[in-house]
Amino acid sequence: MTSTAAVKAPGRVVTLDARLTFRRMFIACLLLLVALLLIIFGTSLLGSEQLPTRATICALVTYGDHSCGLRPDHEAILFDIRLPRIILAASVGASLAAAGASYQALLRNPLAEPYLLGISNGAAVGTMLALVYFAGNEWSRPMMAFFGALLATLVVYRLALGRAGVTPERLILAGVIVTTFLSSVIVFVTTLMDATRIRSFTFWLLGDLSGTTSSMLAITVAFALLGTAVLVVNARSLNLLMLGERDAFDLGVEVGRVRLVVFIAASFLVGSSVASSGSVGYVGLVVPHLVRLSLGSDNRITIPAAALAGAIFVVVADTLARTVIAPRELPVGAITALVGAPLFIYLLRRGI
Amino acid sequence: MLEARNLTIKYGLRVAVAGLSLKLQPGEIIAIIGPNGAGKSSLLRALNASVQAAAGDVLLDDRSVATYSRRNLSRRIAVVAQEADLRFPITVLEFVLGGRYAWSSNSAWGWETVRDLEVVQQVLHETELEELSHRFLNELSGGERQRAVLARALATEAGVLLLDEPTANLDLAHQAALLMLVRSRCDTRAASAVVVTHDINLAAEFANRIILMKEGRLIASGAPEEVLTPLLLREAFGVTVLVDAHPVTGVPRITPVHEMLR
Repeated sequence: MTSTAAVKAPGRVVTLDARLTFRRMFIACLLLLVALLLIIFGTSLLGSEQLPTRATICALVTYGDHSCGLRPDHEAILFDIRLPRIILAASVGASLAAAGASYQALLRNPLAEPYLLGISNGAAVGTMLALVYFAGNEWSRPMMAFFGALLATLVVYRLALGRAGVTPERLILAGVIVTTFLSSVIVFVTTLMDATRIRSFTFWLLGDLSGTTSSMLAITVAFALLGTAVLVVNARSLNLLMLGERDAFDLGVEVGRVRLVVFIAASFLVGSSVASSGSVGYVGLVVPHLVRLSLGSDNRITIPAAALAGAIFVVVADTLARTVIAPRELPVGAITALVGAPLFIYLLRRGI
Repeated sequence: MLEARNLTIKYGLRVAVAGLSLKLQPGEIIAIIGPNGAGKSSLLRALNASVQAAAGDVLLDDRSVATYSRRNLSRRIAVVAQEADLRFPITVLEFVLGGRYAWSSNSAWGWETVRDLEVVQQVLHETELEELSHRFLNELSGGERQRAVLARALATEAGVLLLDEPTANLDLAHQAALLMLVRSRCDTRAASAVVVTHDINLAAEFANRIILMKEGRLIASGAPEEVLTPLLLREAFGVTVLVDAHPVTGVPRITPVHEMLR
């Protein structure tokens, strides 16, 4: 009886299912957004200076209403130091996770990640050159970082492209080569800088969210939103590219154009993140992996969800970085690598 | 309909297809047979503009396929390649929905329309994949997976199907079942198909016309009885074959006669 019913009304099964995909995206993103807001509230209380819970929340919700009874010095800590840093962490996390998810789909490789492919290093070289040659201009840093990231991406892609397309092994090897080459460029550029800045520099290279300005923060947030939006718009094309370039081409994807657009958008994301806070590694590996595990491989869900989950991940990681050995700080990249490297090994052993 | 005119394809200096012409009629299945390296797959790839013609042209409704947009061409010509190479888990439903990409709005974003879902539903029903639609593709058997590849091509609603050795990894029953689906699509919707295959007996059963290729050239073209002769097959493959009639269907049946076994 049940089987005839299933045959008679089969249309409903599929229709419902596909609408559920949209609903799944909507619900997942809504939940992640709520979680992100809660975590932003929560982590803004934490730090070397403990802020009073009730007054801080009140000040956050009203955006600095003085009737909340928050002391002026606490208010300064909250709005001038802690909140900008948390928002920066969220933007960086969202950027890196969305970029990672798109690289993985485009290059058909779950290990593709801006840091591991040397793209972050490309952006770092760009940022450093901007600091050396256009020190006064704040826009020069994200723009140079963007060009550095894009150049590194194209070089890695070119190196990885063999007769049989981009194979996972070739891609990772190309990433290693570009990473090590750019590392030596970074060392070289570092020697051009004056000695007083070298220490803060090495800290920045490992991912440091502490030293940003309000205009840099604005640029990073804007790039994170725009870049992620462009990637989401191309998510359906990425779904097909995930199955191979030839399949995608046959099904109507303008492969070359989509690839270029995704590379450019992802380079903006990685570039602005690195310019503002250095190379925070493994975010683009860990977050999309967990998102795919729980929500499936449809990039129309994966990319926006990864952006929100990446924001949460880096906000939490940075809170740990600035609290575990307070008043001193760890580079946030050290924390993310602590989580990411074992996952990388696990994925590699599982046979990519 | 689809037509190749004096089509020549070159890879560097190597000529893969040399001045070949063919015309596909509505409702027709053409099988392309020939030895390895005869240029069968290159010809097939050129028919949907994946490979550029060095000379000659491929015309779809009297317009060169190279002038169509990717999306527009993919609504009219679908490809069934050998099994997809999967790196990420994807369900049968998600996979088959991929066939509707060419019908999405220009921004390429957004979600499937009700019409997309209806078409996919129908195709899943035809290919008997309904029950499996929520399963992951990499959990299926080879036959089921190849059926999903065909389902995705059918979901494009294209009038022309290009199949590149679609039955290579399938057992006897699945080979016939797959080609039956292609046959019924051609019969019911006046679609047409070009099938590259090494299985000559299967080609004889399902194709209206067989094209025999060797070294990029067309040696013979016509009904199975006309092309599948010992003389022509010897010329193409360099082996002696025995041709008789299939005891049930009456179509030509070939049996290679290997020298060493004689």
